[in-house]
Amino acid sequence: MENLNPGTLFFAAIFTNNILLTNFLGLCPYLNMSRNIRSAFGLGAAVVFVMTCTTVINHLVYYRVLVPLHLEHFQYIVFIIVIAAFVQLVEMVVERYFPALYFVLGIFLPLITVNCAILGASLFMIIREYTLTQSLAYGAGSGIGWLLAITLVGAMREKIQKSGMLPKGLEGPGITLIITGILSLAFIAFSGMIQIQ
Amino acid sequence: MQNDQSPSQLLKQGLWQENPVFRHTLGICSTLAVTNLVVNTLVMSAGIIFTLSMSCVTVSLLRHITPMRTRMMAQTLIISSYVIVFDILIQAYLPDISEALGPYVGLIITNCIIMGRCEAFARENPVFPSLLDGFAVGIGFSLVLLAIAVVRELLGFGTLLGFTVMPDGFTPWTIMVMAPGAFFTLGIYVWLVRSFSMQFDKK
Repeated sequence: MENLNPGTLFFAAIFTNNILLTNFLGLCPYLNMSRNIRSAFGLGAAVVFVMTCTTVINHLVYYRVLVPLHLEHFQYIVFIIVIAAFVQLVEMVVERYFPALYFVLGIFLPLITVNCAILGASLFMIIREYTLTQSLAYGAGSGIGWLLAITLVGAMREKIQKSGMLPKGLEGPGITLIITGILSLAFIAFSGMIQIQ
Repeated sequence: MQNDQSPSQLLKQGLWQENPVFRHTLGICSTLAVTNLVVNTLVMSAGIIFTLSMSCVTVSLLRHITPMRTRMMAQTLIISSYVIVFDILIQAYLPDISEALGPYVGLIITNCIIMGRCEAFARENPVFPSLLDGFAVGIGFSLVLLAIAVVRELLGFGTLLGFTVMPDGFTPWTIMVMAPGAFFTLGIYVWLVRSFSMQFDKK
């Protein structure tokens, strides 16, 4: 994957290889937090930030620390610790210096540690052997793609809730999954443009 | 909350009443990605059952000495250790499948079911019930995975476990192999199960 332009990769991560709609990552918070567009957007924004930073940090940690020490097998444990520590740190900084932002994003931050999309982005980056710039583009693109998907679904669920015409059993996760399926179908239309593995 | 249910009750609860996918829609991140082939699903299920049972046992063994404040971190580390063990095992013995599953094995760590069971059950209960609970929930989860995988492989490739079962004139539904197929299948399953259980609860 040496020759892939970071700009292309960024675009591909948002549209053609959307981490949620084609790789199924980050579905748990996606299903439970997309009840309305406001919280969907808040969570999405937090994910964009954390995913961009942790992908870059994990790239550095993996190639600068783990590979020289031949500890590649410990990547899972190391990555999850990096992510947890980073989220904790961001939470403290935001709470101390940006109370207004904390009010919006604060409750979402702890949820992010267990968001599989974040860990997933780091693991994909290692498997596909991205360079540092590519990782930055991939992390940011995946985050924005996730934000896009959850905001779209949040908006649709809000409307559907108001219509009140759903069968009882389909309410909540059922209909969300079906909407997601249709959304994912729509995103497949982009896949003719670029293919990353 | 000490739990004094009998083993069979625990099993039943894990398989149906507390089925993680249908009841709480938890842990489906890694669920859907691997369900396009039954073989991949079986390996993934084995991984989840192994990790879940062993993590529950470990968390339960350490329940008196884990400090409250850092218990989440401790649980995450316990879970990741078992995932690493499983990952190394399948890399050694099933390299093809390991390749196909890719990062999804590692993502068992962030599967909310495992953390959820450790937090909700194993943290406060003795070893044997915890093992049973982890095992039952793992099986319940795997059955859902398999149910999805069977539908997707059958319609998407016309095969089951690699053997052709559909008649010759069958046109594969390519959509079932792709991402939307997984969303639709799970969505319809959730709908069916919820409708049925609602009628059941009324009686």
